[in-house]
Amino acid sequence: MNTKKKEAHSELEELLPWHAAGTLSRSDARRVEDALAHDPELARRYALVRDELGETIHLNETLGAPSARAMEKLFAKIDAEPARRPAVSLNLSARVTEFFAGFSPRTLAFAGGAAVLAILLQAGFIAGVMIKETKTSGYETASAPSTDPGVGAFTLIRFAPQATQDDVTKFLAANKLSIASGPMAGGLYKVRVAVTGLPKAELANIVKKLQEDKVVTFIATTE
Amino acid sequence: MQTTSDEVLIARIAGGDRLAMQVLFARHHVRVYRFVLRLVRNDATAEDLISEVFLDVWRQAGKFEGRSQVSTWMLSIARFKALSVLRRRPEAELDDETAERIEDQSDDPETALAKKDKGAVLRKCLTALSTEHREIIDLVYYHEKSVEEVAGIVGIPEATVKTRMFYARKKLSELLKEQGIDRGWP
Repeated sequence: MNTKKKEAHSELEELLPWHAAGTLSRSDARRVEDALAHDPELARRYALVRDELGETIHLNETLGAPSARAMEKLFAKIDAEPARRPAVSLNLSARVTEFFAGFSPRTLAFAGGAAVLAILLQAGFIAGVMIKETKTSGYETASAPSTDPGVGAFTLIRFAPQATQDDVTKFLAANKLSIASGPMAGGLYKVRVAVTGLPKAELANIVKKLQEDKVVTFIATTE
Repeated sequence: MQTTSDEVLIARIAGGDRLAMQVLFARHHVRVYRFVLRLVRNDATAEDLISEVFLDVWRQAGKFEGRSQVSTWMLSIARFKALSVLRRRPEAELDDETAERIEDQSDDPETALAKKDKGAVLRKCLTALSTEHREIIDLVYYHEKSVEEVAGIVGIPEATVKTRMFYARKKLSELLKEQGIDRGWP
């Protein structure tokens, strides 16, 4: 065996424990598989690794588990900790994960389908407008009623961390609200409270009422 | 049925959610306990340590950046705490406990070999490895950590992880040979 081959052989041999545990990258795993298929000595050593893996798991599994006192002790210590603000800034990926984790796979599939349908309808609408525009030659007013989804009265809401998807759904339905966008920085959602703009005083009253609900930890008006 | 990811639980814990803490504890405390127990070799100490580890998780959750798996992060905390305990403990006490544990688990090596139970001898030899070698073998085989993750937990370069694992296995072979089992390697 030349020096290069020897080096590759020892490098692959070092990877055997991770291959047995299934924690190698796909490309490394493939390299090891190829080597095992063509090198009987490496395959014999791999069998030793698998024995070690099995007995290490066996040994650890016989170590037992801690008593319930461990959890009691932990929560007694947590109770003694200073109170914490319920909401903190979370990283973007955790917020996105949390947002989608709240939905069942069926809901997500339905939402995905609805999104595709909405995109197709929008594309059709835009195409229709473009065709119409090319045909129109007369005068038109620009004051037709708006169908812009951005029109309405909005608030920014952060829901309580312990609120379940059901709690939030009930809260939205009971108050005739809909989520316009989110989650944004700080776990905030933009929520539509009315389909038309509202006077400031009226919007402030709505915010005050919504603030009393236990699923809301923060609420403010927004454009 | 879907389960909440560890990352989401950590985000909720950062917001002071005790239920999320209970879920995370239920999910990981046994493995963390076993990892610590293999290092400190004392049930009561290991039990004390896991409440310390999870208390750190409660306190530090807001600083978790998701650069590693939550379980990897927790094992790093656990390792740090276990090694702090080991540094404070006299060597003699450690040796006694090691001997005790080897005797407690099953037959002595000769009897086990007589029963042709290679597995039992292998397990005995696993318990007789040094702390450094036990740790790496457990992380790779039991805790299913990749080379990169072990490097992160132990705080050594990836190349050292591979060579340390190699020498841990080599030592294991030597111990087995002393017990009359020649694996023909290395």
